[in-house]
Amino acid sequence: MTELAQLTAAQAAEKIRAREVSADELWTLYRERAAADDLNAYMWVADEPDAGDGPLAGVPLAVKDLFCVEGVPSYAGSRILEGYRPPYTATSVRKLREAGAPVLGKTNMDEFAMGSSNENSGFGPVANPWDRERVPGGSSGGSAAAVAAGSAPWAIGTDTGGSIRQPAALCGIVGLKPTYGAVSRYGMIAFASSLDQCGPLTRDVTDAALLFRHMVGKDPCDSTSLEFPEEIALPSAESLDGVRFGVPPELTGEGIEDGVKAVFDETLKKIEGLGGKLEEVALPHSPHGIAAYYVIAPAEASANLSRYDGVRFGIREGNGDLLSMYEETRAAGFGGEVKRRIMLGTYALSSGYYEAYYGRAQRVRTKIADDFREAFAKVDLIVTPTSPTVAFKLGERTDDPWAMYLADACTVPMPLAGIPAISIPGGLADDLPVGIQLAGPAFSENRIFDAAYALEQAIAFEEGPWRDA
Amino acid sequence: MIDREQVLHVARLARLRLTDDEVERMSSELSTILDHIEKISELDLEDVEPTSHVVEVENVLRADEPRESWPRERILEPAPDAADDGFRVPSPGQ
Repeated sequence: MTELAQLTAAQAAEKIRAREVSADELWTLYRERAAADDLNAYMWVADEPDAGDGPLAGVPLAVKDLFCVEGVPSYAGSRILEGYRPPYTATSVRKLREAGAPVLGKTNMDEFAMGSSNENSGFGPVANPWDRERVPGGSSGGSAAAVAAGSAPWAIGTDTGGSIRQPAALCGIVGLKPTYGAVSRYGMIAFASSLDQCGPLTRDVTDAALLFRHMVGKDPCDSTSLEFPEEIALPSAESLDGVRFGVPPELTGEGIEDGVKAVFDETLKKIEGLGGKLEEVALPHSPHGIAAYYVIAPAEASANLSRYDGVRFGIREGNGDLLSMYEETRAAGFGGEVKRRIMLGTYALSSGYYEAYYGRAQRVRTKIADDFREAFAKVDLIVTPTSPTVAFKLGERTDDPWAMYLADACTVPMPLAGIPAISIPGGLADDLPVGIQLAGPAFSENRIFDAAYALEQAIAFEEGPWRDA
Repeated sequence: MIDREQVLHVARLARLRLTDDEVERMSSELSTILDHIEKISELDLEDVEPTSHVVEVENVLRADEPRESWPRERILEPAPDAADDGFRVPSPGQ
């Protein structure tokens, strides 16, 4: 056990600034751990730190392979981008580097962020550090496993339907999906552009707030990005006095496994113990979230992924005419789930089916957002389990796409409404971590961090592979 | 139910070459997934506006000022086949 490795990222940053810890020492520690990783969490590990001075100086950052980093392999977990080294760097990575955080490595992920188990990576699955026979969740499975295992102090990932929160839950760490537009998507390889957001995966809530603080802001390179209306504060709330929590029966009952439900009920008691008020709120359209999501996300993906055609980057196959080059390249480069979603999206957008699928799904999306709006007229935050189950076994759901899609049942409604949500560890079920999700209205991240912090102290979750590593 | 012919049609639209095995599997998997998705047709969605973008932004413009573009060689660098300052591709054929 190395004492240095037990520091949270915020503690490490402070000790580096106070010159109690050297940045070199911390880099060497994590560089060695990342290079020795045996969970298949990393796609690439850096040799040298590459960041300047700043408030995060010297605290290495693991970056999901979905982010372009200039000159560094960036494959989005796909064989079709094998060999690709982008000519530019994603805004979020650039900002974190400017704040002082050097890129430690690129983390494994489901191909093009499509998956809930990391088994769809073109470069092999990632093992969950709690139990190597189980999945770490996905699609940011490498980032979550690296943070949970202690081979990175913190990481960034992306969330389209749950891809930060669900792996954070299954690995017993903290993960935030921010308000849509809070963080620039420039340089983030696109999956479903109206849903994709990047956010932090960290050991605790304070680290998440600190990392998020340096990610937000309007970016001229992403016209959907917005200025965050307030400073991101480090959370300090000790009570939940006067905070109203909505409990939606649609996301907390049916389909939630018993162990998860027990931890969730226990958490509700802790919320009341801290002075929070619980109230039932209805989200009647959220059970249709998965259906709407699996029209909208594949439709957008089928358009976004049309750029992988063998012309400008990545691999090229075929030795006939132009059309055969397109078809052979895509046949060889894309994995099964990506092909499935391209087919689904192309079908949903094709002539004669557009209104029945895409049009209807967009209307369901409006209803889901309206439900949240009505709920937030009554309560400050909504609390649910993050994932209906704990981490499942590798291979358990790979033959049944719909069973895999249901892993995101509790996390999909929030991105459809563009609102932020955090997952924090709530406890254990069958010796595996259970995540608790707190969601709030757009740009309520400070309120979410504060409530999550107060709850984190009460839950006092003191387990996790990184603590013993 | 998505039959073999529909799968092949959509695959052609998506520029995906599928093996016979994949066509079989795609036909049954897509049918199952669409059965689940079709539950949303039970909802009354009349007079509901579709949402294409969740945050209200419109007319995001920037000053129309000339700026340097990427150096050509940097953009051509990752290309599988670059020649004569461009991306070389096979002939579109007939």
